[in-house]
Amino acid sequence: MATGRQTDPAALSAEAKPPTKREVGIVSLVLANRGVFWGGVLLLAMVAIALLGPLFTSDPMALNPIKRLKPPSEEFLFGTDFLGRDIFARVVYGARISLAVGLAVALIAISVGLVMGMIAGYIRALDAVIMRVMDGLMAIPGILLAIALISLSGATLTTVVIAIVIPEIPRVVRLVRSVVLTVREEPYVEAAIAAGTRLPQILVRHILPNTIAPLIVQATYISGSAMLTESILGFLGAGIPPEIPSWGNIMSEGRTYFQISPWIIFFPGIALAFTVLAVNIVGDGLRDTLDPRIARKM
Amino acid sequence: MRHDSPTAGVPVLEIRGLTVTLPPGADRRYAIEEVSLTVGAGEIVCIVGESGSGKSVTAFTVMGLAPRKELKPVAGEVLLHGRDILGLPERELRRLRGEKMAMIFQEPMTALSPVMKVGDQIAEVLEIHTELGPRERRERVLAAMRDVNLPEPERLFHSYPHQLSGGQRQRVMIAMALVLDPALLIADEPTTALDVTTQAQILELVKSIQRRHGMGVMFITHDFGVVAEIADRVVVMREGRVVEQGPAEQVLGRPRHPYTRMLIDSVPSLTPPERPSREDAEPALEVRRLNKVYGHSGWFGGGRVVHAAKDVDLTVRRGETLGVVGESGSGKSTVARCIVRLVDITSGEVLIDGIDLAKLREGALRPYRRLVQIVFQDPYRSLNPRRTVGQSIIEGPMNFGLSRREALERAARLLEVVGLSADALDRFPHQFSGGQRQRICIARALAMEPQILIADEAVSALDVSVQAQVLDLLDEVRRRFDLAMLFITHDLRVAAQICDRIMVMWHGQVVEQGPTARVFREPAHEYTRRLLAAAPGRHAFGAERREAGDHV
Repeated sequence: MATGRQTDPAALSAEAKPPTKREVGIVSLVLANRGVFWGGVLLLAMVAIALLGPLFTSDPMALNPIKRLKPPSEEFLFGTDFLGRDIFARVVYGARISLAVGLAVALIAISVGLVMGMIAGYIRALDAVIMRVMDGLMAIPGILLAIALISLSGATLTTVVIAIVIPEIPRVVRLVRSVVLTVREEPYVEAAIAAGTRLPQILVRHILPNTIAPLIVQATYISGSAMLTESILGFLGAGIPPEIPSWGNIMSEGRTYFQISPWIIFFPGIALAFTVLAVNIVGDGLRDTLDPRIARKM
Repeated sequence: MRHDSPTAGVPVLEIRGLTVTLPPGADRRYAIEEVSLTVGAGEIVCIVGESGSGKSVTAFTVMGLAPRKELKPVAGEVLLHGRDILGLPERELRRLRGEKMAMIFQEPMTALSPVMKVGDQIAEVLEIHTELGPRERRERVLAAMRDVNLPEPERLFHSYPHQLSGGQRQRVMIAMALVLDPALLIADEPTTALDVTTQAQILELVKSIQRRHGMGVMFITHDFGVVAEIADRVVVMREGRVVEQGPAEQVLGRPRHPYTRMLIDSVPSLTPPERPSREDAEPALEVRRLNKVYGHSGWFGGGRVVHAAKDVDLTVRRGETLGVVGESGSGKSTVARCIVRLVDITSGEVLIDGIDLAKLREGALRPYRRLVQIVFQDPYRSLNPRRTVGQSIIEGPMNFGLSRREALERAARLLEVVGLSADALDRFPHQFSGGQRQRICIARALAMEPQILIADEAVSALDVSVQAQVLDLLDEVRRRFDLAMLFITHDLRVAAQICDRIMVMWHGQVVEQGPTARVFREPAHEYTRRLLAAAPGRHAFGAERREAGDHV
């Protein structure tokens, strides 16, 4: 390299850098993680069962008092409950409820938390107000808050989702706010300010993309814990109305027969455990791939 | 500076044909390749090179601190007092580190534990390596602290690292390295993070201690000024290989390898070139009695208040470069951020075209944002990594009503102005080197067609050869677009080369202002004199080179 003027691009290629992992593609990079892969397989299987299963099972609501409290057999794969309903059909149907609750809670909590977190992180005047409200929310145990909200508004699928969402929001707000506070000091954000970019565009163009990776990870944890909370509420009898077969409801109804017919609680419990496990494994895997490597590289 | 040649016998450190591999997928196969060098007792050997030259890998491999999986030595030997230490098990190496060899690092704040008193940290070395009792340890620590000229060792013994200044922290690091009287001291850019006046003191300290203890010192640096101050012998590295080594006078005065010559030629001279006066040009920017106070008294009182800029006055004319020079904390960056209005101004006026920007609120200010643009120090953080170069450049012009097509055309044209080709538009920042990114940032600033360009330490993070090119580019665009340029730097050499006038700041105040040549020839303020005296290598790279500034 010469010391004089450099205007020839070819001469500069000596300092050019080789392509980095970015070009490999984020999707394949993420799938290379074993946790994401196997957790994803398990989760996809669960989704497939939830979507397609009811086509193959009997009616989860059909009563058959003659065949009540039957152990698992060829006819009833998971046995029957005290009204003679097919546990297998009910568990398959319950997967729909659980997954729907998990997905809905994660989406709503992330969207609401994202907006509030961005505002808190960027607009200093509102920061203290929003964060103190969030601190207040965090001080109340989530289950207690959910039970209180449901008892005020009555139990439907929607109210249960809302009741689970509210205690999840503060964590999202804190996460987003912390990302915003770091990124807003970056010189490229300051350069955008100096270039006359308006606040909404700065938020969307320069700050929002930095929150996506941590939010995806957070979303998996939220959906996992939402499914658990939904089941707990159902088990306590404060959740989704008993006529809808959710895993929590099935377990709740099976509680009294636990000693003579443990399968009523066992199978929905296993389904719940595996689903939450799958979601959390995916979350861990995503955190490992998205956080250290990509977050630093991009 | 030179003293008697190394004592007879085996050298303290001898590296023979050392080759270290890089992990697969890196841009080259070997981090260092067939590196051979020796460090004798009582000798300071400087390893000098640009980033990626392998100088730090060499040091870390000698210390056995390099991650062995990623950076695997595959050939060669490292002889410490004639004994090969390359394959030694971790336990043996741990004993050697501290007793026979010690290392000091670039950033003393991160190299010291923040939760331990500095005295205890130094004493810990003795606790691990010796049988001394607590009282003797304390005596040895205090002696070591006195040895590195730390003031009031008894008091500092009980201080935490954050209570010390940067220079004091580096002295603590040196005391820690020296407390066991090792034969070899490895210093990895130990003054790079320090202000120039502190750097001068630390260099002096390393020299005097090395002489007193008769140690061998392997001193890693990228700065030829530092080399000229301190080196007995010089090893020049490039891309993992030693390209030249020899006695300091020979390498600095009569470099044989073209790369060494290029590096030395790239060191800006402290003698300012002749520059035409711009006194008659109209002022583009006038700042009057600018004040910036950070912090406020808290809700419960007792908040910390920092007066970062005090009554700063400055004027930059069209086509003129005003240098703002000062050490860290002098307020020079605060002034820049106030002018760009990245921070609110406490009081004072910022006049452009007769309009006082300081008083405008965000909405009213936006139309004027175009006029002042800034290029930042860190090329890796100044571009949004998720947006293409084109998107980054056109963002500003499109804010001001240019269509996408027009903006892209302008961006392509400007990329060529800054020495890149237009196909860079569709690429992402990580595909460019630091110097190239800085060119992109300059193009982005120019795309706004500003009247005033602020370069806030814009070349400080770049290697010296790239630095020279970017400086040339800045000077060229200043001339071509008749820009008023505010050039903020801590580096007097760089300031000497590019500035028409210089303003020296200290503790938030302007202490001296005047034409560059005058300030360098007859500095009026005591602080300016101190700064000039502290510039490393002022004898070696002083008046004799670049007399007329024909490079610029």
